[in-house]
Amino acid sequence: MTGNSPAVVSASKLGLTFQTNDGPVQALSNVDLTIGKGEFVSFIGPSGCGKTTLLRVIADLEKPTAGTISVNGMTPEQARESRAYGYVFQAAALFPWRTIERNVGLPLEIIGLSRAEQAERIKRTLELVNLSGFEKKYPWQLSGGMQQRASIARALAFDADLLLMDEPFGALDEIVRDHLNEQLLELWERTNKTICFVTHSIPEAVYLSTRIVVMSPRPGRVSDIIESTLPKKRPLDIRETPEFLAIAARVRDGLRAGHSYDD
Amino acid sequence: MNWLKPSWQAVLAVALCLIAVGLGAMSKPEAAALAQPEASFPYPYLVTKGLMFGLLVIAALVSMTRLPAIVEALVLFVGAHLTAWLLITGINGFEGTALAPYFLVLAAAWLLGWRCVAVLSSLRPVANWARTALRLIIPAIFGAWILILWEAITRGAGIPFILLPPPSAIGARIASSLPVLGADVRQTIFKAVIFGYVVGSGAGFLAAIAADRVPFLRRGLLPIGNMVSALPIIGVAPIMVMWFGFDWQSKAAVVIIMTFFPMLVNTVAGLAASGHMERDLMRTYASGYWQTLFKLRLPAAAPFIFNALKINSTLALIGAIVAEFFGTPVVGMGFRISTEVGRMNIDMVWAEIAVAALAGSVFYGVVALFERAVTFWHPSVRGG
Repeated sequence: MTGNSPAVVSASKLGLTFQTNDGPVQALSNVDLTIGKGEFVSFIGPSGCGKTTLLRVIADLEKPTAGTISVNGMTPEQARESRAYGYVFQAAALFPWRTIERNVGLPLEIIGLSRAEQAERIKRTLELVNLSGFEKKYPWQLSGGMQQRASIARALAFDADLLLMDEPFGALDEIVRDHLNEQLLELWERTNKTICFVTHSIPEAVYLSTRIVVMSPRPGRVSDIIESTLPKKRPLDIRETPEFLAIAARVRDGLRAGHSYDD
Repeated sequence: MNWLKPSWQAVLAVALCLIAVGLGAMSKPEAAALAQPEASFPYPYLVTKGLMFGLLVIAALVSMTRLPAIVEALVLFVGAHLTAWLLITGINGFEGTALAPYFLVLAAAWLLGWRCVAVLSSLRPVANWARTALRLIIPAIFGAWILILWEAITRGAGIPFILLPPPSAIGARIASSLPVLGADVRQTIFKAVIFGYVVGSGAGFLAAIAADRVPFLRRGLLPIGNMVSALPIIGVAPIMVMWFGFDWQSKAAVVIIMTFFPMLVNTVAGLAASGHMERDLMRTYASGYWQTLFKLRLPAAAPFIFNALKINSTLALIGAIVAEFFGTPVVGMGFRISTEVGRMNIDMVWAEIAVAALAGSVFYGVVALFERAVTFWHPSVRGG
């Protein structure tokens, strides 16, 4: 952790080995990473490179077996118990028996906020993701993109400074995805949160991030970290600029270098 | 020929009518009267015979012209049921004398009823009330025909009362024994079944939660619960009578034993039904055991729990009735069945069966309605 800008996430020599029936599987090995406040960090890599596992370790959904990690200067467990982050899963995972507003209010209920406070926050976060007017709908009455937006609203509702997103737009079509990427950037700019974002898509990673962590499998490790030189304001057509394409090429090279093609 | 729309049921019905006319007398008294034209016997269908054949043939022929489906169904409905009514009222006083044409006419009327239901089933009305009405009318006609065939065959063929009484006799018995049936229902259903069902299902539910919370119970309780469910009710019931006496409490105990296990197993399965992602989500909120239980796992388990409640609604009734065979005060549905069989009052046995079937269906229906209200979000309820 550097002295003047406190790290939100700081990992050193982090490793995680799963014991399976086919013997131990090294999901993460020797990961060193520091994420500062207000950064938008993407994790990209092929399946099995441990990017989701790394995110789950930060969220205390998995326990590391080697190395150290701190979140907001605490252990991940303490951070989870102090509700330091919001987590967005690959699927919306909304509860079908709750309306959209009750879904967004779920973490607020668990924290134990007053009814009035809950209503106020639900209203504000639904506005943030452009879902005002859908409060009384049930999840299954909305499109996939709207459901995922509701799940982002749910992660934002309790105002944690850290947002962990695990391929949140992976199941959506290209058009919806572009739209949500744009909205996510706008939201990041407005709320000044720190975002960790797992993705499969090179353009998505380059478009969104201030920093791109390229990972490779067997064992899962960080093979490259690329600082983005793109400005903070990014219209969708920035993706056609030479600067964007140059970063995308670097990411691709990093992926190729780390990926073993011999098997 | 595009005004004609043949259906095999109607064609067959007309054919059966023609054969019946060809065969002549519909009952033995009529055959006797025909054999001795000078003597005057009273015999069934003196005036209504022509009317029945006419109704059947006309309804069958009209139904085959190109009519709107609803008119066709109406024609068939009137033809089939009016004929059946004439047939059944006509045999009154001449039970057991029917000849082949009687059964042919019955078969023809039944075919028209079949065609009527088939036409109604193919209707696709837009209005909501019409759909609801159809959903009720189709099974009602279907059920009515079971009763019509039962009544006409038992009376026409003169089946002994002991073997199978006609439904009209059972109905008359129900009407004349309402106070007795009421007392039996109160004893068996309102005391033993309801109490046993509530306590048994409730205990199964709480045991499932305890097993979920405490790992050693999960390992120990589930196999024992399995054994309890395998206990033969015939063996348990007399023991419960020894323990809890002759009154309804011993029957309630049998019902508790029968309903406990289905609820336990289903709730345990239901508690495992919520997805990994949802449980991880609750974990990221640092949600405690009870909050996760009430906000995620129990709602997700609701379809399983209602499944157990529906299974138990019929199990409880069977359990209470059978348990009463092993000692009871002189009231109760099981007691009545066992004693009236001994006294050859088979119509009373059937009356109890009918009441039990009705009560069981109502019980099941109420639970199913609750289920629809609570699990409205489940794909099987919201349809898609």
